Amino acid sequence: MSQRLELTHITKRYPAVVANDDVSLSVAPGEIHAVLGENGAGKSTLMKIIFGAVQPDAGEMKWNGEVVKIANPHAARKLGIAMVFQHFSLFETLSVEENITLGLSPAEVKAFNGKLAEAISQTGEKYGLPLEPKRHVHTLSVGERQRVEIVRALLSHPKLLILDEPTSVLTPQAVQKLFTTLRTLASEGCSILYISHKLDEIRALCSKATVMRGGKITGVCDPREESTQSLSRMMIGATPPVPQRSAPPLGEIRISVNSLQLAKSHPFGTDLCDVSLHVRGGEIVGLAGVSGNGQQELMAALSGETVVLPENAITIENVPAAQLDARARRALGVAFVPEERLGRGAVPVMPLAANTLLSHQTAPQVRKGLIDPVAAKALATRIIARFNVKAGGADATAKSLSGGNLQKFIVGRELLREPRVMLIAQPTWGVDVGAAAQIHADILALKERGCAILIVSEEIDELFALCDRLHVIAKGKVSPSVPIAQANVTQIGEWMSGLWPGNLDAPSQIQTQVNA
Amino acid sequence: MIDPLPQLIHTAINASAPILLAALGLLINERAGVLNLGAEGMMLVAAVAGFAVGVESGSIALALAAGALAGMAAAAVFGFFTLVLTTNQVATGLALSIFGGGLSAFVGQNYVGKSVVAAKWAVPGLSEIPFFGEAFLQQHYVVYLAFLLVAAVAWFLFRTRAGLTLRAVGESPESAHALGYPVRWIRFAAIVFGGACCGVAGAYLSTVYTPLWVEGMVAGRGWIALALTTFATWRPVRVALGALIFGTITILGFHLQSMGVEIPSQFLAMMPYLATIIVLVMISHNSDWIRLNMPASLGKPFRPGVG
Amino acid sequence: MRIRLEPRAESSPLWTYASPVLALALTIAFGAALFAALGKNPVQALGVFLFDPLANLRGVSEVLLKSIPLILCGVGLAICYRANVWNIGAEGQLIAGAICAGATVLAFDTPAKPLSGSFVIPLSCAAGILGGMGWAAITAWLRVRFNANEILVSLMLTYVAGLLLIYLCTGPLRDPDGYNFPQSKVFSKEFQLAYVLDKTRLHWGIFVALLVAAAGTVFVFRSFEGYKLQVGGLAERAARYAGFSSKKAIWSAMLICGALAGLAGAMEVMGPIGQVLPSVSPGYGFAAIIVAWIGRLHPVGVVLGALIMSVFYIGGEYAQSRIGLPSSITGIFQGALLFFLLACDTLIDYRIKFK
Repeated sequence: MSQRLELTHITKRYPAVVANDDVSLSVAPGEIHAVLGENGAGKSTLMKIIFGAVQPDAGEMKWNGEVVKIANPHAARKLGIAMVFQHFSLFETLSVEENITLGLSPAEVKAFNGKLAEAISQTGEKYGLPLEPKRHVHTLSVGERQRVEIVRALLSHPKLLILDEPTSVLTPQAVQKLFTTLRTLASEGCSILYISHKLDEIRALCSKATVMRGGKITGVCDPREESTQSLSRMMIGATPPVPQRSAPPLGEIRISVNSLQLAKSHPFGTDLCDVSLHVRGGEIVGLAGVSGNGQQELMAALSGETVVLPENAITIENVPAAQLDARARRALGVAFVPEERLGRGAVPVMPLAANTLLSHQTAPQVRKGLIDPVAAKALATRIIARFNVKAGGADATAKSLSGGNLQKFIVGRELLREPRVMLIAQPTWGVDVGAAAQIHADILALKERGCAILIVSEEIDELFALCDRLHVIAKGKVSPSVPIAQANVTQIGEWMSGLWPGNLDAPSQIQTQVNA
Repeated sequence: MIDPLPQLIHTAINASAPILLAALGLLINERAGVLNLGAEGMMLVAAVAGFAVGVESGSIALALAAGALAGMAAAAVFGFFTLVLTTNQVATGLALSIFGGGLSAFVGQNYVGKSVVAAKWAVPGLSEIPFFGEAFLQQHYVVYLAFLLVAAVAWFLFRTRAGLTLRAVGESPESAHALGYPVRWIRFAAIVFGGACCGVAGAYLSTVYTPLWVEGMVAGRGWIALALTTFATWRPVRVALGALIFGTITILGFHLQSMGVEIPSQFLAMMPYLATIIVLVMISHNSDWIRLNMPASLGKPFRPGVG
Repeated sequence: MRIRLEPRAESSPLWTYASPVLALALTIAFGAALFAALGKNPVQALGVFLFDPLANLRGVSEVLLKSIPLILCGVGLAICYRANVWNIGAEGQLIAGAICAGATVLAFDTPAKPLSGSFVIPLSCAAGILGGMGWAAITAWLRVRFNANEILVSLMLTYVAGLLLIYLCTGPLRDPDGYNFPQSKVFSKEFQLAYVLDKTRLHWGIFVALLVAAAGTVFVFRSFEGYKLQVGGLAERAARYAGFSSKKAIWSAMLICGALAGLAGAMEVMGPIGQVLPSVSPGYGFAAIIVAWIGRLHPVGVVLGALIMSVFYIGGEYAQSRIGLPSSITGIFQGALLFFLLACDTLIDYRIKFK
């Protein structure tokens, strides 16, 4: 039987990096094929080439046995290739139906004879992806948005469906549902390319895997016959390091949030509702949840980027701090690593030396309102050396660093302030495994020194590896905390849908289940 | 004595037409995510081009066509800079306004003091109806075109697939690109359409409305049209309402003056500018409202396919 | 063959400074073509336009004289644009400064002469500064308080300031013995700025302007306040992360620019003009936008940019008197320069690839 898709010797070079180096891959009809690799391995570039969004510099592509050149996404879609992007290609102010219309060709839309809305509902029901066609996308949750993407792809009856890191926005339960959908599709003959860096998921779902590292293929296997360790070796060249945890004595409450209420600041935001939590010195508290459930709003309120009333809704070292701005909270010993590195944690076009001044705003870097460029440069150089930041020195601009190195720089910059309270959002998003391990070790060492640490992450595994207690955030509400020893992924997954005991938002019958 | 009210309505509608035309063109620009601050410059270039052609040929239709072409040419330059060279839209728009001001003053120097005569135009037969005819049916055909364009633009934006695509590009050029839409060509088409609208508006000002060439005669109407799109939260019908308000404000003072109210003419001439500020303040105050309605990519450059 | 733009990994420091030079060269080439198209000998015409203004002391002094308001406004705008505050109303702020300074002079320039020039001149400069700040404050307040777009507001206020000036010249400030011309009386000699060079009109404002450029350099590159403004301009969320108030940034940028533009206006009425009239500025506030840009938003660069722009102004006058071209050709050169500069700036972040 001929392969549905066959790539041979695909190469794509960018000015700074070879994204795909002699990559070959083939997918059979009805096969669920994983493309595995860590961030920056070249998976996304490869998918863009298949989808016609990027043209390869060399190599050949065959579709159902025939050589094809895919000039653009329209051409790809015409062949029967559909893609669900990691960063959704949706339009927030348009309705679900309009969004889907835009993803179909005019001929396809015409074929629905004005009944596109019905078709959306039907397809959604068939594959377990319910949608309301008239709703505007900005009112949907992240999971619902992904459904729009998938239904849009399915309506064009694809022969090959590409999904790019689809589970990063889903609860564990929703992941299982998605897998059911994908298996149904595959049984109907649709091939699936499933891009991920999550080994467990790939072993549960896929019958074949192509592993990439540094733009090259490092292995082709049946993941069901591999262990997590062996896959990991193919992916990163080593088994992943396990962070070494310890239990220093618990200190005083350093930061405490007391029934915090915050109305959303813009129409696409989330209201925070009666949030209470606290962190003691020498402990790491994690906040789990699907993105878009109020994490950003909460972290901004804690860091001082947004100020809140009343004053004692947030106390830092027993000082009412909800009305203080970020500078004033820094003076109280708070440090913050935001999830967006470029543009928030660092000014992209400024040199690293100048970027130290974002959080080091006192002597010796700044004296009497004047900047001491020598001191700023010395600080940047120190951060680079101590935290293994690969950069062209203190004068390199922030944007010239890779995501992982910039994250190490920002984490290092905040660590050197020896904070008493550390807030970290998505510590290892888009960071390679080596850098992630180092950042984890740095965080744990900071806890040793008695700092109170709050981590927000969408990676449940990461939270389980680092934290002492976990809270879950859902729709702007925060659950009670569970000690990590008593928590498990299933329970936290349910809580991520708001189903914790005592949450009034939760549907009652499920609540009793949880209680039972 | 002439009945002042129909006269007032007539002049107010007439004064609103060029602003309306320009604002509709800019509305299409902005719906596609392009902020063209060169409107004033495009209108000036078109005004002088239209006036020159009008003087040389004696034909208003040719003058308007020349204005449209001049506006489109100026817009194409803006499009090349912002889309191909990915220059900053704000700076490029300012450059176009400054350049347009200089160029039109230079070319126009030879035309100062000349004049074109526009034939009176009126809806045949009906324009003699008392009051109504006088107020509404004795306009130049460009005025009717401007108001018809409101409906056309609304229909295009909200009833056609092309309009939906245009809005999608303005909302998220990245998503539109990912879905395979030629974002830059769509934006270029929108920019050129905006240039044509501003062009006709400019030529109308110099050949029909005033009709004279005076340096800087567009007198901020391009900027007011830009403010109008915000005021209208990017909706065509509201643009028309806004333009009518501005038309009324522009001429109201002069009617008051002719009725014997004594206000220095400079203060009357300030009215549209002050009104623009007031309108901006009123509408911008509610940032949620703006955010929900503003094309999300407005003013941001887009360059496809890197990394 | 196809020409493609390829993004650079890092901005090119070379092109950051080479770009204005190339843009100037292209503008001159464009000017030569324009002159040729107008039937003039391009070499001769460019000579008149670009070199005659610098051929003698009088010309040079006039170039320096015209550069004063351009430097002042240019430094102010450079600071605004670094803070991402799109103030394009320096012209209006300059006019407001001219009005306030002129009115102050006229108030003391009575036959009784209650105060001497050494009091009135600083007082009037202060009035001009306050006037410019006040005018800029309207824009700042509406932006901070109501989120009203500063581009449109500051520009609308420029039209308003221009009309206000005309009104004052035809009314309250008009010279009663001036045959109804819309202008004030000419200030007494002692209320005009002192000349620094014999037989020229160059006044000591040039030193003030250079001092402002020096102070501006320190502010932009060494002060923490300047750093805060720039972080706000480059990355708004980074500024909020650092705890720098964006409102304060808008206020400081607008007030600094208003003060400098107001001072420029004051020095124009007390310097070369010597009276209040409707045409106090041939668009200095707008030309200063180009000056700021071509000077790379660097106060020292602004001085160079102002000199170039100033040559264009004088060159335009010469082109009119010596080869019979309209002086508005200056506007074309200004606009072309800005366009070429924007185009050349592309080379800072992209390289050209021929395929």
